[in-house]
Amino acid sequence: MGAQLRVYRRRIKSVQSTKKITKAMELIASSRFVKAQQRVEASLPYTQELLRAISAAVSHGNSKGALVSEVENRKRAAVILITSDRGLAGAYSSAIIKEGEGLNALLKEEGVTPEHYLVGRKSVGYYKFRERKIANSWTGFTDQPTYEDAKRIAAAVFEAFNTPTAEGGVDEIHLVYTHFVNMAVQEVRVRRILPVEILEVSKAEASEKLDTKVFPLYDFEPSPEAVLKALLPRYVENMIYTALLLAAASEHAARRRAMKSASDNAEELIRTLARQANQARQAEITQEISEIVGGADALASA
Amino acid sequence: MSELNVSVVAVDRKIWVGSAKSIVAKTPEGEIGILPGHEPVLSLLVNGVVRIEPTEGSKVAIAVHGGFVAMDTDNVRILAETAELSSDIDVDRAQKALDRARAAGEDSPEALAAAHRAETRLKAAAAVTASGMHS
Repeated sequence: MGAQLRVYRRRIKSVQSTKKITKAMELIASSRFVKAQQRVEASLPYTQELLRAISAAVSHGNSKGALVSEVENRKRAAVILITSDRGLAGAYSSAIIKEGEGLNALLKEEGVTPEHYLVGRKSVGYYKFRERKIANSWTGFTDQPTYEDAKRIAAAVFEAFNTPTAEGGVDEIHLVYTHFVNMAVQEVRVRRILPVEILEVSKAEASEKLDTKVFPLYDFEPSPEAVLKALLPRYVENMIYTALLLAAASEHAARRRAMKSASDNAEELIRTLARQANQARQAEITQEISEIVGGADALASA
Repeated sequence: MSELNVSVVAVDRKIWVGSAKSIVAKTPEGEIGILPGHEPVLSLLVNGVVRIEPTEGSKVAIAVHGGFVAMDTDNVRILAETAELSSDIDVDRAQKALDRARAAGEDSPEALAAAHRAETRLKAAAAVTASGMHS
Protein backbone atom coordinates (compact mmCIF):
# COMPACT_ATOMS: atom_id res chain seq x y z
CA MET A 1 0.00 0.00 0.00
CA GLY A 2 1.34 3.37 -1.00
CA ALA A 3 2.16 6.05 1.50
CA GLN A 4 -0.48 8.44 0.21
CA LEU A 5 -3.26 5.89 0.40
CA ARG A 6 -2.27 5.00 3.95
CA VAL A 7 -2.51 8.65 5.00
CA TYR A 8 -5.98 8.98 3.52
CA ARG A 9 -7.23 5.80 5.21
CA ARG A 10 -5.88 6.99 8.56
CA ARG A 11 -7.65 10.31 8.23
CA ILE A 12 -10.93 8.63 7.31
CA LYS A 13 -10.72 6.49 10.43
CA SER A 14 -10.07 9.44 12.68
CA VAL A 15 -12.96 11.45 11.21
CA GLN A 16 -15.23 8.42 11.56
CA SER A 17 -14.50 8.10 15.26
CA THR A 18 -15.10 11.85 15.73
CA LYS A 19 -18.42 11.47 13.97
CA LYS A 20 -19.41 8.66 16.31
CA ILE A 21 -18.79 10.94 19.29
CA THR A 22 -20.68 13.91 17.87
CA LYS A 23 -23.56 11.67 16.83
CA ALA A 24 -23.78 10.23 20.35
CA MET A 25 -23.73 13.70 21.86
CA GLU A 26 -26.46 14.78 19.48
CA LEU A 27 -28.67 11.90 20.62
CA ILE A 28 -28.00 12.60 24.29
CA ALA A 29 -28.80 16.29 23.81
CA SER A 30 -32.06 15.38 22.04
CA SER A 31 -33.28 13.18 24.85
CA ARG A 32 -32.23 15.65 27.55
CA PHE A 33 -33.89 18.40 25.59
CA VAL A 34 -37.22 16.60 25.66
CA LYS A 35 -36.95 16.20 29.42
CA ALA A 36 -35.98 19.85 29.88
CA GLN A 37 -38.94 20.95 27.85
CA GLN A 38 -41.28 18.80 29.92
CA ARG A 39 -39.94 20.42 33.06
CA VAL A 40 -40.57 23.87 31.59
CA GLU A 41 -44.16 22.89 30.91
CA ALA A 42 -44.60 21.37 34.35
CA SER A 43 -43.52 24.61 35.98
CA LEU A 44 -46.03 26.75 34.10
CA PRO A 45 -49.12 26.27 36.31
CA TYR A 46 -47.27 27.47 39.40
CA THR A 47 -45.81 30.49 37.60
CA GLN A 48 -49.19 31.50 36.28
CA GLU A 49 -50.91 31.24 39.64
CA LEU A 50 -48.11 33.06 41.41
CA LEU A 51 -48.25 35.97 38.96
CA ARG A 52 -52.00 36.11 39.40
CA ALA A 53 -51.75 36.25 43.15
CA ILE A 54 -49.06 38.94 43.03
CA SER A 55 -51.04 41.01 40.55
CA ALA A 56 -54.04 40.72 42.84
CA ALA A 57 -52.03 41.78 45.86
CA VAL A 58 -50.38 44.69 44.04
CA SER A 59 -53.59 45.98 42.49
CA HIS A 60 -55.40 45.68 45.80
CA GLY A 61 -53.24 47.75 48.06
CA ASN A 62 -51.59 51.04 47.25
CA SER A 63 -48.58 49.64 49.00
CA LYS A 64 -46.34 49.08 46.05
CA GLY A 65 -43.33 49.89 48.16
CA ALA A 66 -39.70 49.87 47.22
CA LEU A 67 -40.04 46.58 45.40
CA VAL A 68 -42.03 48.01 42.55
CA SER A 69 -40.95 51.65 42.36
CA GLU A 70 -37.58 52.67 40.99
CA VAL A 71 -34.90 54.30 43.05
CA GLU A 72 -33.93 57.87 42.09
CA ASN A 73 -30.21 57.49 42.43
CA ARG A 74 -29.15 54.07 41.25
CA LYS A 75 -25.64 53.13 42.21
CA ARG A 76 -25.23 49.39 41.84
CA ALA A 77 -27.07 46.71 39.96
CA ALA A 78 -26.84 42.94 40.18
CA VAL A 79 -26.44 41.25 36.81
CA ILE A 80 -27.15 37.52 36.72
CA LEU A 81 -25.74 35.69 33.71
CA ILE A 82 -27.06 32.21 33.04
CA THR A 83 -24.58 30.29 30.89
CA SER A 84 -23.73 26.61 30.55
CA ASP A 85 -21.22 24.47 32.42
CA ARG A 86 -19.98 22.71 29.32
CA GLY A 87 -19.04 23.88 25.88
CA LEU A 88 -19.73 22.19 22.54
CA ALA A 89 -23.01 24.02 22.25
CA GLY A 90 -22.17 26.43 19.47
CA ALA A 91 -22.48 30.08 20.37
CA TYR A 92 -24.77 29.41 23.32
CA SER A 93 -22.62 30.72 26.17
CA SER A 94 -20.73 33.35 24.21
CA ALA A 95 -24.00 34.93 23.04
CA ILE A 96 -25.04 35.40 26.67
CA ILE A 97 -21.65 36.73 27.73
CA LYS A 98 -21.77 39.18 24.83
CA GLU A 99 -25.24 40.34 25.80
CA GLY A 100 -24.05 40.67 29.40
CA GLU A 101 -21.15 42.84 28.26
CA GLY A 102 -23.65 45.07 26.45
CA LEU A 103 -25.73 45.39 29.60
CA ASN A 104 -22.65 46.13 31.70
CA ALA A 105 -21.62 48.89 29.31
CA LEU A 106 -25.12 50.35 29.33
CA LEU A 107 -25.27 50.35 33.13
CA LYS A 108 -21.85 51.98 33.40
CA GLU A 109 -22.93 54.66 30.97
CA GLU A 110 -25.81 55.45 33.32
CA GLY A 111 -23.41 55.64 36.24
CA VAL A 112 -24.42 52.29 37.71
CA THR A 113 -21.81 49.75 38.79
CA PRO A 114 -22.68 46.21 37.74
CA GLU A 115 -22.18 43.43 40.29
CA HIS A 116 -21.64 40.08 38.61
CA TYR A 117 -23.60 37.02 39.66
CA LEU A 118 -22.60 34.14 37.42
CA VAL A 119 -24.25 30.81 36.74
CA GLY A 120 -22.37 28.17 34.75
CA ARG A 121 -18.68 27.42 34.40
CA LYS A 122 -18.38 29.20 31.06
CA SER A 123 -19.14 32.68 32.35
CA VAL A 124 -17.07 32.10 35.50
CA GLY A 125 -14.09 31.17 33.33
CA TYR A 126 -14.58 34.24 31.16
CA TYR A 127 -14.70 36.63 34.12
CA LYS A 128 -11.87 34.96 36.02
CA PHE A 129 -9.59 35.16 32.99
CA ARG A 130 -10.20 38.89 32.83
CA GLU A 131 -9.67 39.16 36.58
CA ARG A 132 -13.00 40.83 37.20
CA LYS A 133 -14.62 40.87 40.59
CA ILE A 134 -17.33 38.23 40.86
CA ALA A 135 -19.98 38.86 43.51
CA ASN A 136 -21.10 35.24 43.56
CA SER A 137 -21.13 32.25 41.26
CA TRP A 138 -22.85 28.88 40.99
CA THR A 139 -21.84 25.96 38.81
CA GLY A 140 -22.61 22.31 38.23
CA PHE A 141 -26.35 22.22 37.59
CA THR A 142 -27.09 24.13 34.39
CA ASP A 143 -28.22 21.12 32.39
CA GLN A 144 -30.67 19.98 35.07
CA PRO A 145 -31.50 22.85 37.40
CA THR A 146 -33.64 22.23 40.47
CA TYR A 147 -35.74 24.62 42.49
CA GLU A 148 -33.17 24.41 45.27
CA ASP A 149 -30.55 25.87 42.92
CA ALA A 150 -32.87 28.72 42.01
CA LYS A 151 -33.53 29.33 45.70
CA ARG A 152 -29.83 29.66 46.51
CA ILE A 153 -29.32 32.18 43.71
CA ALA A 154 -32.46 34.08 44.66
CA ALA A 155 -31.44 34.21 48.32
CA ALA A 156 -28.08 35.77 47.44
CA VAL A 157 -29.41 38.46 45.12
CA PHE A 158 -32.42 39.18 47.31
CA GLU A 159 -30.14 39.74 50.27
CA ALA A 160 -28.04 42.16 48.22
CA PHE A 161 -31.23 43.92 47.14
CA ASN A 162 -32.39 44.32 50.73
CA THR A 163 -29.04 45.68 51.88
CA PRO A 164 -28.96 49.50 51.82
CA THR A 165 -26.99 50.90 48.90
CA ALA A 166 -24.60 52.67 51.26
CA GLU A 167 -23.57 49.32 52.71
CA GLY A 168 -22.89 47.73 49.35
CA GLY A 169 -26.35 46.58 48.40
CA VAL A 170 -27.80 46.74 44.92
CA ASP A 171 -30.71 48.80 43.63
CA GLU A 172 -31.68 46.59 40.74
CA ILE A 173 -31.54 42.96 39.69
CA HIS A 174 -31.08 42.12 36.03
CA LEU A 175 -31.21 38.68 34.52
CA VAL A 176 -29.58 37.62 31.24
CA TYR A 177 -30.70 34.24 29.97
CA THR A 178 -31.62 32.40 26.80
CA HIS A 179 -35.32 32.24 26.17
CA PHE A 180 -36.53 29.08 24.51
CA VAL A 181 -38.99 29.96 21.74
CA ASN A 182 -38.94 26.67 19.84
CA MET A 183 -36.51 24.04 18.66
CA ALA A 184 -35.06 26.30 15.98
CA VAL A 185 -35.21 29.65 17.74
CA GLN A 186 -33.70 30.60 21.08
CA GLU A 187 -33.03 34.20 21.89
CA VAL A 188 -30.94 35.87 24.53
CA ARG A 189 -33.08 38.06 26.73
CA VAL A 190 -32.34 40.67 29.33
CA ARG A 191 -34.96 41.15 32.01
CA ARG A 192 -35.14 43.26 35.09
CA ILE A 193 -36.49 41.24 37.99
CA LEU A 194 -36.52 43.95 40.61
CA PRO A 195 -37.86 46.56 40.79
CA VAL A 196 -40.68 44.79 39.01
CA GLU A 197 -41.09 45.96 35.45
CA ILE A 198 -44.55 47.37 35.07
CA LEU A 199 -45.71 46.35 31.65
CA GLU A 200 -48.26 48.53 29.98
CA VAL A 201 -50.73 46.10 28.51
CA SER A 202 -54.32 46.54 27.53
CA LYS A 203 -56.95 45.15 29.86
CA ALA A 204 -58.04 42.54 27.35
CA GLU A 205 -54.50 41.34 26.91
CA ALA A 206 -53.91 41.25 30.63
CA SER A 207 -57.04 39.28 31.34
CA GLU A 208 -56.13 36.89 28.58
CA LYS A 209 -52.68 36.43 30.00
CA LEU A 210 -53.82 35.95 33.55
CA ASP A 211 -56.96 34.10 32.59
CA THR A 212 -59.27 36.35 34.58
CA LYS A 213 -61.48 39.37 34.06
CA VAL A 214 -61.41 41.38 37.22
CA PHE A 215 -59.74 40.36 40.43
CA PRO A 216 -62.28 39.46 43.04
CA LEU A 217 -62.16 41.44 46.26
CA TYR A 218 -59.85 39.13 48.06
CA ASP A 219 -59.75 38.97 51.78
CA PHE A 220 -56.02 39.02 52.46
CA GLU A 221 -54.64 37.15 55.39
CA PRO A 222 -52.83 38.39 57.39
CA SER A 223 -52.83 41.63 55.29
CA PRO A 224 -52.23 42.64 51.67
CA GLU A 225 -48.82 44.05 52.62
CA ALA A 226 -47.78 40.87 54.43
CA VAL A 227 -48.97 38.69 51.56
CA LEU A 228 -47.10 40.79 49.03
CA LYS A 229 -44.01 40.80 51.19
CA ALA A 230 -44.07 37.01 51.48
CA LEU A 231 -44.81 36.51 47.80
CA LEU A 232 -42.02 38.69 46.42
CA PRO A 233 -39.15 36.36 47.37
CA ARG A 234 -41.21 33.55 45.81
CA TYR A 235 -41.53 35.71 42.71
CA VAL A 236 -37.78 36.23 42.45
CA GLU A 237 -37.15 32.52 43.01
CA ASN A 238 -39.73 31.61 40.43
CA MET A 239 -38.33 34.05 37.86
CA ILE A 240 -34.86 32.60 38.29
CA TYR A 241 -36.17 29.04 38.28
CA THR A 242 -38.11 29.62 35.06
CA ALA A 243 -35.07 31.27 33.48
CA LEU A 244 -32.87 28.33 34.52
CA LEU A 245 -35.31 25.84 33.03
CA LEU A 246 -35.65 27.77 29.79
CA ALA A 247 -31.88 28.17 29.62
CA ALA A 248 -31.41 24.43 30.14
CA ALA A 249 -33.84 23.66 27.31
CA SER A 250 -32.05 26.18 25.11
CA GLU A 251 -28.67 24.74 26.02
CA HIS A 252 -29.70 21.25 24.97
CA ALA A 253 -31.26 22.57 21.79
CA ALA A 254 -28.11 24.54 20.97
CA ARG A 255 -25.89 21.55 21.69
CA ARG A 256 -28.06 19.30 19.58
CA ARG A 257 -27.82 21.70 16.69
CA ALA A 258 -24.07 22.17 17.04
CA MET A 259 -23.50 18.41 17.22
CA LYS A 260 -25.76 17.77 14.27
CA SER A 261 -23.81 20.13 12.06
CA ALA A 262 -20.55 18.60 13.34
CA SER A 263 -21.82 15.13 12.38
CA ASP A 264 -22.92 16.41 8.97
CA ASN A 265 -19.54 18.01 8.39
CA ALA A 266 -17.76 14.81 9.40
CA GLU A 267 -19.86 12.86 6.94
CA GLU A 268 -19.04 15.31 4.16
CA LEU A 269 -15.35 15.08 5.01
CA ILE A 270 -15.45 11.28 4.99
CA ARG A 271 -17.03 11.32 1.55
CA THR A 272 -14.36 13.64 0.11
CA LEU A 273 -11.54 11.66 1.70
CA ALA A 274 -12.95 8.36 0.43
CA ARG A 275 -13.00 9.78 -3.07
CA GLN A 276 -9.41 10.96 -2.78
CA ALA A 277 -8.35 7.60 -1.33
CA ASN A 278 -9.97 5.77 -4.25
CA GLN A 279 -8.17 8.04 -6.67
CA ALA A 280 -4.85 7.35 -4.96
CA ARG A 281 -5.52 3.61 -5.04
CA GLN A 282 -6.41 3.75 -8.74
CA ALA A 283 -3.26 5.74 -9.51
CA GLU A 284 -1.22 3.16 -7.66
CA ILE A 285 -2.73 0.29 -9.66
CA THR A 286 -2.24 2.12 -12.94
CA GLN A 287 1.35 2.73 -12.08
CA GLU A 288 1.93 -0.90 -11.16
CA ILE A 289 0.41 -2.10 -14.45
CA SER A 290 2.51 0.26 -16.51
CA GLU A 291 5.58 -0.87 -14.59
CA ILE A 292 4.83 -4.54 -15.32
CA VAL A 293 4.08 -3.85 -18.96
CA GLY A 294 7.22 -1.75 -19.24
CA GLY A 295 9.26 -4.53 -17.59
CA ALA A 296 7.84 -7.22 -19.91
CA ASP A 297 8.52 -4.98 -22.91
CA ALA A 298 12.12 -4.49 -21.84
CA LEU A 299 12.60 -8.27 -21.39
CA ALA A 300 11.03 -9.06 -24.79
CA SER A 301 13.17 -6.50 -26.64
CA ALA A 302 16.37 -7.69 -24.93
CA MET B 1 -74.82 21.28 46.11
CA SER B 2 -71.97 23.36 44.78
CA GLU B 3 -68.51 22.09 45.22
CA LEU B 4 -64.98 23.40 45.26
CA ASN B 5 -62.64 23.06 42.29
CA VAL B 6 -59.32 22.43 43.90
CA SER B 7 -55.87 22.40 42.42
CA VAL B 8 -52.76 21.88 44.48
CA VAL B 9 -49.69 22.98 42.56
CA ALA B 10 -46.05 22.61 43.54
CA VAL B 11 -43.23 24.40 41.81
CA ASP B 12 -42.50 21.62 39.38
CA ARG B 13 -45.76 19.72 39.06
CA LYS B 14 -49.43 19.49 39.83
CA ILE B 15 -50.04 17.51 42.99
CA TRP B 16 -53.77 17.08 43.19
CA VAL B 17 -56.66 18.32 41.05
CA GLY B 18 -60.31 17.58 41.66
CA SER B 19 -63.55 18.65 43.26
CA ALA B 20 -63.98 18.74 47.00
CA LYS B 21 -66.52 19.38 49.73
CA SER B 22 -64.21 21.10 52.14
CA ILE B 23 -60.62 22.08 52.76
CA VAL B 24 -58.79 22.76 55.98
CA ALA B 25 -55.46 24.58 55.88
CA LYS B 26 -53.19 26.33 58.31
CA THR B 27 -52.50 30.07 57.97
CA PRO B 28 -50.34 32.31 60.17
CA GLU B 29 -53.54 33.41 61.91
CA GLY B 30 -54.76 29.91 62.61
CA GLU B 31 -56.63 27.18 60.81
CA ILE B 32 -58.93 28.12 57.98
CA GLY B 33 -61.77 25.97 56.75
CA ILE B 34 -63.06 26.53 53.24
CA LEU B 35 -66.51 25.39 52.13
CA PRO B 36 -68.27 26.12 48.85
CA GLY B 37 -69.43 29.75 48.76
CA HIS B 38 -66.59 31.05 50.88
CA GLU B 39 -65.66 34.68 50.25
CA PRO B 40 -62.58 35.30 48.07
CA VAL B 41 -59.48 34.95 50.16
CA LEU B 42 -55.77 35.08 49.48
CA SER B 43 -53.79 33.83 52.41
CA LEU B 44 -50.32 32.66 53.23
CA LEU B 45 -49.91 29.15 54.58
CA VAL B 46 -47.56 28.05 57.29
CA ASN B 47 -45.74 24.76 56.82
CA GLY B 48 -48.25 22.12 57.70
CA VAL B 49 -50.88 19.73 56.52
CA VAL B 50 -53.70 20.63 54.14
CA ARG B 51 -56.68 18.32 54.47
CA ILE B 52 -59.09 17.94 51.59
CA GLU B 53 -62.41 16.13 51.64
CA PRO B 54 -63.12 15.20 48.03
CA THR B 55 -66.67 14.75 46.75
CA GLU B 56 -65.79 11.15 46.04
CA GLY B 57 -63.31 8.92 47.72
CA SER B 58 -61.42 9.16 50.95
CA LYS B 59 -59.83 12.19 52.51
CA VAL B 60 -56.57 13.53 51.17
CA ALA B 61 -53.78 15.01 53.25
CA ILE B 62 -50.97 16.97 51.71
CA ALA B 63 -47.81 18.18 53.42
CA VAL B 64 -47.22 21.74 52.26
CA HIS B 65 -44.11 23.90 52.69
CA GLY B 66 -43.89 27.58 51.91
CA GLY B 67 -47.14 28.15 50.16
CA PHE B 68 -50.30 30.17 49.89
CA VAL B 69 -53.93 29.63 49.05
CA ALA B 70 -56.07 31.68 46.67
CA MET B 71 -59.81 31.17 46.64
CA ASP B 72 -62.45 32.82 44.46
CA THR B 73 -65.82 31.72 43.11
CA ASP B 74 -65.33 28.18 44.40
CA ASN B 75 -61.97 27.81 42.69
CA VAL B 76 -59.31 27.02 45.23
CA ARG B 77 -55.67 27.08 44.28
CA ILE B 78 -53.04 25.99 46.72
CA LEU B 79 -49.50 26.81 45.69
CA ALA B 80 -46.47 25.53 47.47
CA GLU B 81 -42.75 25.37 47.08
CA THR B 82 -42.92 21.70 47.89
CA ALA B 83 -46.02 19.64 48.47
CA GLU B 84 -46.42 15.93 48.94
CA LEU B 85 -49.45 13.71 49.00
CA SER B 86 -49.57 11.70 52.18
CA SER B 87 -49.75 8.53 50.08
CA ASP B 88 -46.42 9.47 48.48
CA ILE B 89 -44.71 10.02 51.78
CA ASP B 90 -42.31 7.33 52.86
CA VAL B 91 -42.87 7.23 56.62
CA ASP B 92 -39.62 5.42 57.35
CA ARG B 93 -37.63 7.86 55.31
CA ALA B 94 -39.31 10.86 56.91
CA GLN B 95 -38.69 9.38 60.35
CA LYS B 96 -35.04 8.82 59.51
CA ALA B 97 -34.74 12.34 58.14
CA LEU B 98 -36.25 13.65 61.35
CA ASP B 99 -33.83 11.67 63.51
CA ARG B 100 -30.91 12.78 61.40
CA ALA B 101 -31.94 16.44 61.52
CA ARG B 102 -32.41 16.25 65.31
CA ALA B 103 -29.01 14.63 65.69
CA ALA B 104 -27.45 17.44 63.66
CA GLY B 105 -28.33 19.72 66.56
CA GLU B 106 -30.58 22.67 67.03
CA ASP B 107 -28.01 25.30 66.30
CA SER B 108 -28.08 25.28 62.53
CA PRO B 109 -31.20 26.73 60.93
CA GLU B 110 -30.97 24.19 58.13
CA ALA B 111 -31.22 21.25 60.49
CA LEU B 112 -34.17 22.88 62.21
CA ALA B 113 -35.91 23.46 58.90
CA ALA B 114 -35.22 19.87 57.85
CA ALA B 115 -36.61 18.60 61.14
CA HIS B 116 -39.69 20.73 60.68
CA ARG B 117 -40.23 19.43 57.17
CA ALA B 118 -39.90 15.84 58.29
CA GLU B 119 -42.34 16.43 61.13
CA THR B 120 -44.91 17.89 58.74
CA ARG B 121 -44.55 14.90 56.46
CA LEU B 122 -45.12 12.50 59.31
CA LYS B 123 -48.16 14.47 60.42
CA ALA B 124 -49.64 14.33 56.93
CA ALA B 125 -49.05 10.60 56.75
CA ALA B 126 -50.63 10.17 60.19
CA ALA B 127 -53.64 12.35 59.29
CA VAL B 128 -54.76 9.93 56.63
CA THR B 129 -54.20 6.74 58.57
CA ALA B 130 -56.21 8.25 61.44
CA SER B 131 -59.16 9.24 59.26
CA GLY B 132 -58.95 5.91 57.49
CA MET B 133 -59.56 4.11 60.77
CA HIS B 134 -62.71 6.14 61.51
CA SER B 135 -64.39 5.49 58.19
